[in-house]
Amino acid sequence: MSFISLLWVLLLGSLLGLELIGKVPPTLHTPLMSGANAISGITMLAALTLIVKAEGNVPLLIIGSVSLGFALFNVVGGFFVTDRMLAMFSRKPSNKK
Amino acid sequence: MNLPVIIKFVIDLLAVLLLALGIKGLSKVKSARDANRLAAFAMSLSVVGLLSYYLGTSGIAIQAWIWIIIGSIIGSLFGAILAKKVPMTSMPETVALFNGCGGMSSLLVALGVAIFPISSGQENFDFFKSLINEVSISVSIFVGAITFTGSIVAMAKLQGWLSTPGWTQSKVRHFVNIVFAVASLIAFFDLINGNTSSIWLLVIVSSLLGIGVTLPIGGADMPVVISLLNSYSGIAAAAAGFVVDSQLLIVAGAMVGAAGLILTQVMCKGMNRSLVSVLFGGSLSAQSTASSGSGEYTNITSCSVEECALTLEAANKVIIVPGYGLAVAQAQHTLREVTKKLEQSGIEVVYAIHPVAGRMPGHMNVLLAEADVPYEQLKEMDVVNPDFPATDVVLVLGANDVVNPQAKNDSSSPLYGMPVLDVQEARTVFVIKRGMSAGYSGIKNDLFDLPNTSMVFGDAKKVLNDLIGELKDLGVGEK
Repeated sequence: MSFISLLWVLLLGSLLGLELIGKVPPTLHTPLMSGANAISGITMLAALTLIVKAEGNVPLLIIGSVSLGFALFNVVGGFFVTDRMLAMFSRKPSNKK
Repeated sequence: MNLPVIIKFVIDLLAVLLLALGIKGLSKVKSARDANRLAAFAMSLSVVGLLSYYLGTSGIAIQAWIWIIIGSIIGSLFGAILAKKVPMTSMPETVALFNGCGGMSSLLVALGVAIFPISSGQENFDFFKSLINEVSISVSIFVGAITFTGSIVAMAKLQGWLSTPGWTQSKVRHFVNIVFAVASLIAFFDLINGNTSSIWLLVIVSSLLGIGVTLPIGGADMPVVISLLNSYSGIAAAAAGFVVDSQLLIVAGAMVGAAGLILTQVMCKGMNRSLVSVLFGGSLSAQSTASSGSGEYTNITSCSVEECALTLEAANKVIIVPGYGLAVAQAQHTLREVTKKLEQSGIEVVYAIHPVAGRMPGHMNVLLAEADVPYEQLKEMDVVNPDFPATDVVLVLGANDVVNPQAKNDSSSPLYGMPVLDVQEARTVFVIKRGMSAGYSGIKNDLFDLPNTSMVFGDAKKVLNDLIGELKDLGVGEK
């Protein structure tokens, strides 16, 4: 992948992000923040790449593994806690309009 | 293109699409929960895609599997446990902590690549390519470190483990932070010049910069900072994407970064603060002590729970203004009991939610939802403000600055211009409060001095419990 096309990806991704969050009801600010936060743990893929490409280099394996742990802590915790919050909104039948 | 490449390409594309749909869905109440699950599914899909790609091409060594499994289990386990156990009141701290760890992960990836360059397949050395590599490593480390230390400081401050040190309110902090910023710039150029050891300098000074920038920021501005740091963690992930050449990381990171910026902007608007003043203005209380902190209360009326119950019984329309104090007292369930009684005897009850009620926008909605308050009863500030003149009783519970009329009337007040709830327009206002202490901003609340305001002193939970008893005695809510 050339650097220029990666820049394009960056640009289009940013525009997409700006466009996705148009009008958010204040109720959802906290869940949205924590959900988006979980997605930023996507860096776990980079940690995986690091481990796979370490080729037996133990310090690198350790760094990758710790990095993977931090990322998954972010991802798993983030999604669970968001789900917990959102469950409270959708729990009541009166919520269905 | 061979098969594994094509499969990975398709999976990545699908994951990006699902993540975008997830973020989109998270901004609507009806679809939010499914959207969150969809995003989680997309993330697992992306992992499957990556692992299957390596299995199909270079293969994954047993040793690598072991380290993958160790890291995954430990990280997921702690994350899941914390997410299950943490009380809803501590949500802002929790988000900050998760966020910091995401930043740390990006930092470690970049550090790993910097110290032990991974074989990228094609060995032809290209100056332009290595320059890009060094720049993306530096950005990833810089933003990742700021995200990590900044989030940890934010968490510690919200938890009350850290207070705002005095020196951080003086101009010295600007000087200190500029020194850190310049030092990181020097480390960055040194790194590009081929001096690999300066990577450690970069790690250290950008970590310090994260602390130096977050430490002076005061309580009420904290949510904005967390939202901004959330955006940074997206940028850090995108930078890590450049380091390991992953489009998926770049797209997802950029989406989170941009979405976080928008959310930050929305929050700033809710508090009538500009991002610049949040980041560089220091805490609100420090500025205000000189100007209007000296005001004394002259006309406080305090009343008993019994009087409060009598007034409530006679009311037709009641508006509740909940604040963070309510959540701290864990009184939202008790409050729900009170409002149930009122509703049963035909009194209209709504909750007025200020955009920054709680410690984070939307935080109060979550806390009230936890106590089974129907979603339709929660009214946003702009919707509920015209209703106050037609309201008989307003109950202010643990809220302070958001009901301060100074924000409308007194142009010298630091709160001036902040949108507030016009509770003073109602016929009677009861403020349930422990004592006369000031709110977050440390500013005197003119509302308490008004003739139609009565203070009910006591712990919110205890007062509400007493209120339930009094209402029972009055026969309110008996069908």
